[in-house]
Amino acid sequence: MNSFTRTITLACATALAALTSTTASAQSKGLVYYGFQMEELEYRAGDEGEKLLVWDGDAFIGTDELKLRWLGSGEQDLGEGKLGKLENRLVLQTPVSDFFDIKGGLRYDSPDGPNRVYGVVGLAGLAKQWFEIDADLFVSEKGDASARLDAEYEVLLTNWLILTPSATFGIAATDDREAGVGAGLSDIEVGLRLSYDVVDRMISPYVGIVYERKFGKTAGFARDEDEAVDSTFAVVGLRLQF
Amino acid sequence: MKFRSLYVVAATLALTAVSMQQSQAVEYDLTVDRVAIDIDGETTYGIGYNGASPGPVLRFREGEDAVIRVTNNLDETTSIHWHGLILPYRMDGVPTISFDGIAPGETFTYRFPVRQNGTYWFHSHSGFQEPDGAYGSIVIEPESREPFRFDREHVIILKDKHPHSGDRIMRNLKMSADYYNRKQQTLGDLFSDFRDKGIEATVADRKAWGDMRMVPTDIEDVQGFKGLINGKTPAQNWTGLFNPGERVRLRFINASAMTYFDVRIPGLEMLVVQADGNNVQPVRVDEFRIAVAETYDVIIQPKEDRAYAIMAESMGRSGYAAATLAPRDGMKADTPAPRTKTPLLTMADMGMDHGDMPGMDHSKMQGMNKGVDHSTMKGMDHSKMQKMDHSSMKGMDHSKMQGMSNKADDPFYATGSGLVPAAENGGRFLSYADLKAQKPRYKLRPANREIELRLTGNMERYVWSINGVKYEDADPIRLQYGERVRITFINETMMSHPMHLHGMWSILDNGNGKWNPVKHTVNVNPGTTVSFETEVDEPGQWAFHCHLSYHAAAGMFRKVIVEGGPKSASTSTIN
Repeated sequence: MNSFTRTITLACATALAALTSTTASAQSKGLVYYGFQMEELEYRAGDEGEKLLVWDGDAFIGTDELKLRWLGSGEQDLGEGKLGKLENRLVLQTPVSDFFDIKGGLRYDSPDGPNRVYGVVGLAGLAKQWFEIDADLFVSEKGDASARLDAEYEVLLTNWLILTPSATFGIAATDDREAGVGAGLSDIEVGLRLSYDVVDRMISPYVGIVYERKFGKTAGFARDEDEAVDSTFAVVGLRLQF
Repeated sequence: MKFRSLYVVAATLALTAVSMQQSQAVEYDLTVDRVAIDIDGETTYGIGYNGASPGPVLRFREGEDAVIRVTNNLDETTSIHWHGLILPYRMDGVPTISFDGIAPGETFTYRFPVRQNGTYWFHSHSGFQEPDGAYGSIVIEPESREPFRFDREHVIILKDKHPHSGDRIMRNLKMSADYYNRKQQTLGDLFSDFRDKGIEATVADRKAWGDMRMVPTDIEDVQGFKGLINGKTPAQNWTGLFNPGERVRLRFINASAMTYFDVRIPGLEMLVVQADGNNVQPVRVDEFRIAVAETYDVIIQPKEDRAYAIMAESMGRSGYAAATLAPRDGMKADTPAPRTKTPLLTMADMGMDHGDMPGMDHSKMQGMNKGVDHSTMKGMDHSKMQKMDHSSMKGMDHSKMQGMSNKADDPFYATGSGLVPAAENGGRFLSYADLKAQKPRYKLRPANREIELRLTGNMERYVWSINGVKYEDADPIRLQYGERVRITFINETMMSHPMHLHGMWSILDNGNGKWNPVKHTVNVNPGTTVSFETEVDEPGQWAFHCHLSYHAAAGMFRKVIVEGGPKSASTSTIN
């Protein structure tokens, strides 16, 4: 563990202790909530024959004022049987306005490449006109800074049949050759998913299409590794909420 | 001497008789149990009394003492609150405010004098036991003759039974506040609005709501329930009997967790004779809206030898309860098709001072500012209110808004509200403004002070509060024994809130002066300001909260402490 990791771990532990004490006092009033959701749990079939299992979920426990949240996403290459990406974030979040929370914590990447620890600060919430926003700033243990913006919108075809366009943008301030990320706009992913709420909002199967593209130096790094710069996937999956 | 001893004996006997009369107690034993609830053949589990949900009808006579032994067979703490009953606060049944609650296995004896008459109900005040089925009704016969006549009576207790437990509903609401809202506007609605209102007006309207991140369909935030009457679904068809020509008193109680019902009996007029247990000057209506926790007694006179349907549709039209009144058992009334058109909230229901609508400062509206004497508001002309130029509201084509054609002169709805109800048969719909006390319960006197309470919340986070503060962070409201306080609610949320003060009566200011009706639950519609006064005549600590279960749990709740007064009165009945 280098000193950067240690500092962040310490900060996180302190924050966790704060959360636990809040939880303890609030618990007597029964105001601690928890929840789990898998925004995406899907099989992706690529235009070049890729077969991937992709997930993106989160779980929280806490009060209206302070929540501990885990956010995890990953990609399993079903063809080669190996993890493409694995990212876990553990953050504390607290409201900063009626509709937005600020969050801070740690991100730990352990794909088949080099592991990385990042410090995270971000905003999550509901923007005007119902855009669900999740924006994060990352600083890696190597000192590389990057940012990611997630936006999602729900179009109600009926109250059960829902079309969800989404977009994710990655931006990096510096090159991180090992992690395959170059400075500038690094990558985007846009998706369009059509889901149907089968059991309440608990289980909603969906079909959709996802397009990914790497840009600039990041695309160059990918070419060097013989990886695709852009891919289109047909997806089928489940959205889960418990 | 003989005479004297006889006299003593007689006097003793007489005294004994008198004291017996005074202490004559009606005793009930209630157990609190896990019970099975049959919903159209599907068994769900919940909490009930004496093995059933709803619990029994408890009957008392005014002047008696009530002794109710409650045994908790659950593995969690329970409590029973006697909704609307005026009693020593230690008997009020609210854990952490009036007592410790009833531990598992424990029996708690409630003992209090019955000092009122009418229709009331009881329910658990612990966790979500009440939404889960812990409720029952109370009927109190008056000591003296009632000012109306009836030949028979039925209790009609309404409930919204949800397949999810209360705990789960609360958790889901905290995860996504619109979890149970399946009446949201869809893409199809957008296109039909394009057609009906034009693209420009529709886009402006959607933009206005989208900027606030609110939806005009947030009328019922917990949908998906089954409406029950006396524990029966519409298919299970609870049936009440009558002989044609009889005057039948129906004691309506809304024991729902979250649902307001619009009640009608097609083919019959209803004569409203009581509201919240207090006699009112009779009002003939075709339909009435009953807020959560309210009670209304109506008298009907079915003349034909046929079955009549009691139809109770939820305010947002997401569910309904139905039952039959029939001359013989086994008959089923034709239930009218439930109305499907969902009302839509308007900018008026937003309190009109949200967003960036110019000139909509509530406090400056004539006749709407605090401290106004409603009794002088007769015939208040809304069109003359200052700064109320609807036509200049951005993006709001009022002329084309749903529900805008309804009578807008009911002071209990914001002008232009989308919630103003209309009777299905075009007849008369009961308004709070129609309620006049049969006999004033209290002398009319000016309130010595006013407490302003803003009803607040954050719909997206499912946080509900008063003056922006949740219960857990709030100081109690302190009242002085003997004072008369005016409580003014300013509803800044887009939902209706049935506000219930325990232990003391709420004298609703509906502009009728000394005839203002006396209630225990005061509904406050979105965008409105409503006042009631209370004679602070019961010492102790009381709960004061929104009676929507999940709003109360999320923080729209206060403790009221009555300071001073006869201490003995509040402590004499502590066990």
